[in-house]
Amino acid sequence: MSFYELVKSIKSIRFGILSPEEIRKMSVVNIVTADTYDEDGIPIEAGLMDRRLGTIEPGQKCQTCGNRVRQCPGHFGHIELARPVVHPGFAKLVYSLLKATCWNCGRLLLTNEDVDKYTILMDRYRRKWPQLRLRLADRVIRRASKNTECPHCGEHQYKLKFEKPTTYYEEHKEGTVKLAPNEIRSRLERITDSDVKLIGLDPQIARPEWMVLTVLPVPPSAVRPSITLESGIRSEDDLTHKLVDIIRINERLKDNIDAGAPQLIIEDLWELLQYHVTTYFDNETSGIPPARHRSGRPLRTLAQRLKGKEGRFRSNLSGKRVDFSARTVISPDPIIRINEVGVPIEIAKLLTIPERINSYNIEQVRRLIENGPDIHPGANYIIRPDGRRIDLRFPKDRKAVADAVSIGYIVERHLKDGDIVLFNRQPSLHRMSIMAHKVRVLPYKTFRLNLCVCPPYNADFDGDEMNLHVPQSEESRAEAGVLMLVQEQILSPRYGGPIMGGIQDYISGAYMLTRKETILTREDASQLLARAGYSGELPPPEINEPKELWTGKQLASLFFPSGFNYSLKSNVCLKCPSCKKEDCENDAYVVIRDGKLIKGVIDKKSIGAGQPESVLHRLIKDYGTDVGRDYIDKAFKLFLAYIDSRGLTIGLDEEELPAEAKREVLEAIRQAESKISELIDTYKQGFLERLAGRTLEETLETKIMQELEEARELAGEIAGRYLKETNTALLMARTGARGSFMNLAHMVACVGQQSVRGERIIRGYMNRTLPHFKPGDLGAEAHGFVYSSYKDRLNPIEFFFHAMGGREGLVDTAVRTSQSGYMQRRLINALQDVRVEYDLTVRGTDGSIIQFKYGEDGVDPAKSDHGKAVNVEKIIERVVKAGGG
Amino acid sequence: MGKFDLLDHELVPQFRIMAKEEIEQLRKSLGVRKEDLPWMLKSDPVSKAIGAKPGDVVEIVRKSPVAGRSVAYRYVVPG
Ligand SMILES: [Mg+2]
Ligand SMILES: [Zn+2]
Ligand SMILES: [Zn+2]
Ligand SMILES: [Zn+2]
Repeated sequence: MSFYELVKSIKSIRFGILSPEEIRKMSVVNIVTADTYDEDGIPIEAGLMDRRLGTIEPGQKCQTCGNRVRQCPGHFGHIELARPVVHPGFAKLVYSLLKATCWNCGRLLLTNEDVDKYTILMDRYRRKWPQLRLRLADRVIRRASKNTECPHCGEHQYKLKFEKPTTYYEEHKEGTVKLAPNEIRSRLERITDSDVKLIGLDPQIARPEWMVLTVLPVPPSAVRPSITLESGIRSEDDLTHKLVDIIRINERLKDNIDAGAPQLIIEDLWELLQYHVTTYFDNETSGIPPARHRSGRPLRTLAQRLKGKEGRFRSNLSGKRVDFSARTVISPDPIIRINEVGVPIEIAKLLTIPERINSYNIEQVRRLIENGPDIHPGANYIIRPDGRRIDLRFPKDRKAVADAVSIGYIVERHLKDGDIVLFNRQPSLHRMSIMAHKVRVLPYKTFRLNLCVCPPYNADFDGDEMNLHVPQSEESRAEAGVLMLVQEQILSPRYGGPIMGGIQDYISGAYMLTRKETILTREDASQLLARAGYSGELPPPEINEPKELWTGKQLASLFFPSGFNYSLKSNVCLKCPSCKKEDCENDAYVVIRDGKLIKGVIDKKSIGAGQPESVLHRLIKDYGTDVGRDYIDKAFKLFLAYIDSRGLTIGLDEEELPAEAKREVLEAIRQAESKISELIDTYKQGFLERLAGRTLEETLETKIMQELEEARELAGEIAGRYLKETNTALLMARTGARGSFMNLAHMVACVGQQSVRGERIIRGYMNRTLPHFKPGDLGAEAHGFVYSSYKDRLNPIEFFFHAMGGREGLVDTAVRTSQSGYMQRRLINALQDVRVEYDLTVRGTDGSIIQFKYGEDGVDPAKSDHGKAVNVEKIIERVVKAGGG
Repeated sequence: MGKFDLLDHELVPQFRIMAKEEIEQLRKSLGVRKEDLPWMLKSDPVSKAIGAKPGDVVEIVRKSPVAGRSVAYRYVVPG
């Protein structure tokens, strides 16, 4: 009988406790020797590496089952413990059981009436609410533990104390007495089967006394293989080391008992045996020191093999390594489409797709076979209909091999343009972290991706790496192509809006192209449109005299479908109290009518990534993902073409303020300072009015901070007034491409207050932040106010305070990511197999109901209008516009 | 603070013990056993207030910011 004949499908799993008889029955050898191998390297009989435990050396036959290494499943042995020890995993339950039962007669400490009542209840629970069984059992135990006198034999019940991990004391009048494991075991033996049932256990598979071990199973040697180091020295597994300890103490205990040694010595050895068994199960048990290797490294015992990130579950069962995958650094490519991914030729030659030969593809496939594994559109393997694999690295004459294949053969061909693959960047926090892309085989060694897919992956190019997986079946590729293709993920379910879209230069470019002053000659316009991949006619020029000129808005209009109407306020809008809409003198109100950009500039609000209710959002919602994808692929290239032709750069001189502006900024700060010294004076004189819920000192701090914050804001305002309209940083801030007014103010005017824990900087020396200040100085300079701008450079003291604030930011992000990662794990584990059914109910795997209607309204947020089922306002606007002509 | 009726509180939705026929209909429309509905303990303050017993099904009508009105059900279990 071979191992593979035994493979059957699992119908159910029953968890129970092994009885001593079962342990002996499944054991093939009683292990009594603490040694493993003799001098010749032969396993010692009845030792921990006994041949009957299964072979681990190739070519050897197992002494128990007769199989060789691959087939032998390994066989358990056992150790007969000289004295019983408590199984540390059940120690708590044993405590409950001891408390709930009589030490004398072993009955549950409940009256017969109560027992009857609970028996009926337990039966009902078993039928109707099996999940609640343990709750009831808990109640029974709690109830029984309260009784101090046995209702059956009338014996007084002593108070029990449990000391982690495995010690129990009984409090007698004469003092506390330690309960020996054999005493515990005999008490547990006295509990009747019917009482065991009331405690929520099935006595057939889990008798309480089995929680106290008399026999210890020894796992097969395959579970704890010894490794031979290069030097020829054998090194044993941690489990083997621990078992050696157990056997050694067990034998010594046995000898001492047989020799009639004093009780004290026996008890010491017994406790030592308990320690070794406890650490054998879990070497991180609280309350006892972990068992260590000779080198001082704690041993990795049973629990440690399973627990945590490197444990069996997370590392080997939830997380598996896969074939047909690749990983490399990513770099940007604004030319490829958003649906594409650039794959290095080297990788394309290693990743393969199995293709079945048919009458249509046989000639192409033959050419692939001829190319072989080293020339790109080639093939690595042929699988014959009988299942034999032919490695194309070896045949000298591949032409002959190619001619020999016929219909029905399968060829593992190289990845080629258009193949569908899955692309992923960790951490995979949402579904857009894994998307399907179409392969574009390219030279060099990095994966290339379109910049518009950076936001969903949260990718940048400072060394980020990404993974690629090749689905191996027609079904999986079709499914990935339909459901996971990038274009199908543009609208995010996180909020009703596009998660992909313009970032940085796309937005600056769109703005520069579509603002009023952009006019282009026929040559310029043609050049730009060619780069965008536009192949239609040029529209009639906006200006005819003195020569033909086109506006940027005209070019940007060419990519909207005809009949497309939309209007919105752009990012550059000044948010005037009453919006003049179409007549906005800043060209900040965008109007698109019948696919033509009539008014307004295109910026972040229209094409930005993560902008709901934008032009891009409307376009995809009304015209579908194909149109949306095409718009991103083409119009976005136009924006880049324009920014390329104009150039967008930033220089030091742009961050220079005129002298009078500098004077104004200085004046604003000086005024704030004088107000602060006034505040400090009032405080010192004791006239400062206390704010509600704050101490006097806190009030002063708040007021000073307010004053300084206002000063910084004012400085920024002044700077904004004096900056030229052509300032690039200003352009980027206003269009939403990158940066903010605050960043700009920091550069040109004043960096402002630095803070740690939301307060001005107070730490450092006694009563002062740095020795440069007098103790008790409450002024701005002494507590982290940075007067300078980045352009003016910070003085050493300012720099130091700035670094303090900056460090807090770094620490915060590091802490936040680890915390949110843990939370994410917990959430995903709880939610991973919950799903929305066709009737819109949300259910668990067993069909139980979690929500009666998905999200209470049944709306798919990805298909919603910014979370709402429909955007009534926009519909009315559209209907009115259509009616009014 | 004196005693108050928790069912009167603004934030407590409406609870109602359903009739046998209603439960049957609900069960059929969802294609589930009563046990597959979300559970509510008999010791829940609301169960006590409306006198729900194990085996009952309670209808909950809530005001919902997204759906206006939303209906949910709870199967009462002992505990
Ligand atoms: Mg990065
Ligand atoms: Zn074997
Ligand atoms: Zn008794
Ligand atoms: Zn406006």
